[in-house]
Amino acid sequence: MSLYELTAHELHDKLKAREITAVKLTESVYERIEEVEPQVKGYLTLTKEIALEQAGAADAGFQNGNEMSPLAGIPIAIKDVICTKNVRTTCASKILSNFVPPYDATVMTKLHQQGAVMIGKTNMDEFAMGSSTENSAYQLTHNPWDLETIPGGSSGGSAAVVSADTAICSLGSDTGGSIRQPAALCGVVGMKPTYGRVSRYGLVAFASSLDQIGPFTKDVTDCALILNAICGKDEMDSTSVDIPVPDFTQSLINDVKGLKVGVPKEYFAEGLDTEVADCVHAAIGEFEKLGASVEEISLPHTDYAIATYYIIAPAEASANLARYDGVRYGYRTEEPADLINMYKKTRSEGFGEEVKRRIMLGTFALSAGYQDAYYRKAQKARTLIKSDFDAAFEKVDVIATPTSPTPAFKIGERTADPLQMYLCDVMTTPASHSGLPGISVPCGLVKSGLPVGLQLLTAPFDEETLLRVAYTFEQNTDHHLQKPAI
Amino acid sequence: MATITTEGVSHVANLARLEFNEEETKDFTEQLARILDYIGKLNELDTDDVPPTSHIHPLHNITKPDVVKTSLPRDAVLSNAPEPEEGYFSVPRVIDTE
Repeated sequence: MSLYELTAHELHDKLKAREITAVKLTESVYERIEEVEPQVKGYLTLTKEIALEQAGAADAGFQNGNEMSPLAGIPIAIKDVICTKNVRTTCASKILSNFVPPYDATVMTKLHQQGAVMIGKTNMDEFAMGSSTENSAYQLTHNPWDLETIPGGSSGGSAAVVSADTAICSLGSDTGGSIRQPAALCGVVGMKPTYGRVSRYGLVAFASSLDQIGPFTKDVTDCALILNAICGKDEMDSTSVDIPVPDFTQSLINDVKGLKVGVPKEYFAEGLDTEVADCVHAAIGEFEKLGASVEEISLPHTDYAIATYYIIAPAEASANLARYDGVRYGYRTEEPADLINMYKKTRSEGFGEEVKRRIMLGTFALSAGYQDAYYRKAQKARTLIKSDFDAAFEKVDVIATPTSPTPAFKIGERTADPLQMYLCDVMTTPASHSGLPGISVPCGLVKSGLPVGLQLLTAPFDEETLLRVAYTFEQNTDHHLQKPAI
Repeated sequence: MATITTEGVSHVANLARLEFNEEETKDFTEQLARILDYIGKLNELDTDDVPPTSHIHPLHNITKPDVVKTSLPRDAVLSNAPEPEEGYFSVPRVIDTE
């Protein structure tokens, strides 16, 4: 088995035993990149020089017998929406094509402290707006399981590189499902922590009340290791929450006896692919076999989550993206007639179509005369969606659903109709509105060979139960061991 | 809920500091109308007595001690500016010379 195929915790054992070096491991990952990246195209920028330097530093630590973090020397890929000091950060947008952040996001500072190795920056939908990574201004990313299909989005690059073994793990961001959905479609583990668990400082803002950073990994143990590294209150983000961060590896308990698993009937309605439904039902049956009790629940406002999301997220985005005006950073149009003309030309030339569509939608929803009918209405609907979950978690410990209604679809299949693309997020947006932690774990393959994801959700800040349930599922099944043939 | 016209799209584009040609305006009008039509399903909900959620955690004003700290050096801040000039950001002239 090649080094790039292993998990972070397996590699840590080898590094600690000095069987391998971080430099050898990093080189192994870059060799894999040379081999398959031309087909997958998950990276926008590779940072080999930095990576080898970081790997060398980790090796020095191991050689000196220092107490080393579980992520020391581990190759990690970073979604290109997270600011990396002195490394270009584009958000897959033309408007940031030349942006080199003068500072690190808090998650990057934390990963550096742990001695992690940054492999490169991954492709995504422009400004994290999309469900297929087809909205990148630079390139299409291909799903390693079937290169004709999309990897999901918006963190499609971060999911694809872990799936293709061109990174050991990665970071993405999830606003309405942008970690969980691509994780499901690429057959890897992806987790969105509770809103407020992870600092958003240095995460380029899309919808500030929803955005959250989280990991993509090959198994649940690695997911816990990354959470340990990135969670915590940060004074640079006033929405990060000051509550204790447990050692999440303590939640890796192979036991769900006595836990109550809720299965919301609204998630198994029309539009759900039958093979996806079969895989998810089988997974739920597994919990029953392992001693959990399963009960049907109702989340009656589920059907309103997409409509609510496509008001709230674009409204917040229209405000957040007002900063791209060609003055302080990024692209500026050539020879503008005057200041207003500079703003308009810069933005119209710099933003892609989907970003413009959402800015328009959001600006409309916030404009005089429409704010109450749209934005205010959506905020009230958000309350109802959240109340559904509050009531459900009075009765059950964890909720199990499909992550995505379908497996990966063909490149180009849904680009003609924005609304069809928006409906991809039907299973993931309700938890986003409610700030819940959610994880997607592999739970089987459909006949065409594409992976299916099981979404698990718990109450806010109960990542411990979430990890325990996901870990138990993983320990008793082998879906996470299946790999694409690439 | 209202629908959106090409005039509405042009008005919103101006508010958002975007500009579109005739064909783009037409396309956006059709797409936004279709999306807004879908969003209209929120009208099925009776929300008269429902408080709005703007943020998931109950946040209050967060203050910190008023202490001077080191900020990014000027060179670093200006390093990404399209046309920095004498330590400042520059923009096209906004005031007539006369």
